[in-house]
Amino acid sequence: MTDTALNALPAISVRSAGKIFSVARGAEVQALTGIDLTVAPGEFVSLIGPSGCGKSTLLRLIADLDSATSGEILVFGKTARQARLDQEYGIAFQSAGLLPWRSVQANIELPLELHGVGKAERAARAEELIELVGLSDFRTRYPDQLSGGMQQRVAIARSLAERPKLLLMDEPFGALDEMTRERMQQELVRICSETGAAVVFVTHSIPEAVFLSDRVVVMSPRPGRIVDIVSVNLGPGTERSDALRENAAFFAGVTAVREALHGSPVAPLGADLR
Amino acid sequence: MTMTRGADRTKSRASAVLWGVLGIVVLAVLWEGYKAVGPVAGVELFGTSILPKTDDRSMPHLVDMLTRAIEPVNTSAGSPPVWVAVIGAALNSLGVAAVGWAVGSVVGFLIALLMQRLHVAERAVLPWLILSQTVPLIALAPVIVAWGGKIQIGAFSWDRWMSVAVIASYLAFFPVAVGALRGLQSPDAIHVELMRTYNAGWFRTLLKLRLPASVPYLLPALRLGAASAIVGTVVAEVSTGYKGGIGRMIIEFAQSGTSDPAKAYAPIAGAVVLGLVSAAIVALIGLSLKRFNRQEAAS
Ligand SMILES: Nc1ncnc2c1ncn2[C@@H]1O[C@H](COP(=O)(O)OP(=O)(O)O)[C@@H](O)[C@H]1O
Ligand SMILES: [Mg+2]
Repeated sequence: MTDTALNALPAISVRSAGKIFSVARGAEVQALTGIDLTVAPGEFVSLIGPSGCGKSTLLRLIADLDSATSGEILVFGKTARQARLDQEYGIAFQSAGLLPWRSVQANIELPLELHGVGKAERAARAEELIELVGLSDFRTRYPDQLSGGMQQRVAIARSLAERPKLLLMDEPFGALDEMTRERMQQELVRICSETGAAVVFVTHSIPEAVFLSDRVVVMSPRPGRIVDIVSVNLGPGTERSDALRENAAFFAGVTAVREALHGSPVAPLGADLR
Repeated sequence: MTMTRGADRTKSRASAVLWGVLGIVVLAVLWEGYKAVGPVAGVELFGTSILPKTDDRSMPHLVDMLTRAIEPVNTSAGSPPVWVAVIGAALNSLGVAAVGWAVGSVVGFLIALLMQRLHVAERAVLPWLILSQTVPLIALAPVIVAWGGKIQIGAFSWDRWMSVAVIASYLAFFPVAVGALRGLQSPDAIHVELMRTYNAGWFRTLLKLRLPASVPYLLPALRLGAASAIVGTVVAEVSTGYKGGIGRMIIEFAQSGTSDPAKAYAPIAGAVVLGLVSAAIVALIGLSLKRFNRQEAAS
């Protein structure tokens, strides 16, 4: 992290946030409780934990797709709602969510189109992004002509369209096969270093979390809370490339996250996490 | 990829035509076959006729129907051939039905839009829509004719064909309303939420997401609406006493049935063709919206 980044507002600041869903007839589900988390500008943070521990819920609170029942959530110093209105973040989900009647380029242009960006500027920006995610030959194709991995690249390009300084990603590679997945992780590392955006990344995979992240937030269910935050220390100058996957620092990170998951007193569920 | 898909589509279209032709042939064979082997007096069970008589008056030969169709309508001088008169009447009905279909589709779509926008409206309006379709046309026609007769605004005065068109639209709006509502509600939660993250309001979400997503539902609904409009027009012509359309012609020709039985089948065939033509016209409209018919990719 640079000095300027340290001085800047945090990308995300969550203070003792909680979320209670009211389900049928007065019954309630405590999805999250006492969440404290700060994400620095440009930082890559993963959320990991067993199903139902509230990872998606936390991401949705930050995105203002749901509102917290208690606590405070600030995005670049603004309320989550204001940050959404100001288009401070880009978002990608597990399913790419492309509009099937729009070409690759038109899908990427959608947010720009909605915000009144002119045609020429839109096309130029889409061109850049298509280049960035390596789909130059597929600009005029439609989603049903793309593989799952390509669709997810389009979705990532779309999330970057407004040059957000924050990316929210909910298991974006969850539906991909292992090989595509590793290639996509590699690409994401490159894209993030090129755009300098902070990322909150939800995943089920320990290696994925360690490979990508500066810090891994380990969560546990019933009620959803943070049990540990593991800093991934790869040592100075270590590049996040394929070689990293066989590196001792990487294994140390994986072990640390695994222990944090297993070690949580109420969640001996870590074994079948994936 | 697109090429194989195009070839598949051509193939399936060709087989659809083949099945259609086969259906007509089967019908013709059944008709003539039964006429050849069935008892002349028909079959009666406990006093009710369960199979028709096979004499030439009840079941004319197909050949007679065809030859009758190219002969003049009646003996008066200058009387056009039956088929020409049928086409004229069919076009007349098509015009009235088209007006009814257009009005019905617009109304149906607006109702769907209202129901999509206000969930309360959906719960309040939908039962009434369904109820509206249970009112028999025969009961409706005199009421509409009577009300229409009272309308006179400046140079505009209500015409009988407008009553027919209103009844046609009454039948056409229902499938369009139901289909459009399903289409407008069809986008996945993820798409709706994505629009929310873009801070797109209701209207922009409608324009960029719900409308395009509704096309695959809307096209069959419009086709169904067109068929309903044709049926509505044919029936309403009879019950409102509107002259010049195919519905009226069916009744008129059938009334000369005893002396000229083969004549009545030409306008019936005309009505069937009319239904097909209307479906084809809507299909043509659909062609221009083809790109919205793409399905979501399975990843
Ligand atoms: N809209 C909702 N209504 C009721 N309960 C919900 C809703 N969304 C999530 N939950 C509950 O909140 C908990 C956390 O869910 P979620 O955030 O999706 O978990 P994760 O993404 O970690 O698998 C679960 O118990 C889930 O059943
Ligand atoms: Mg989830």
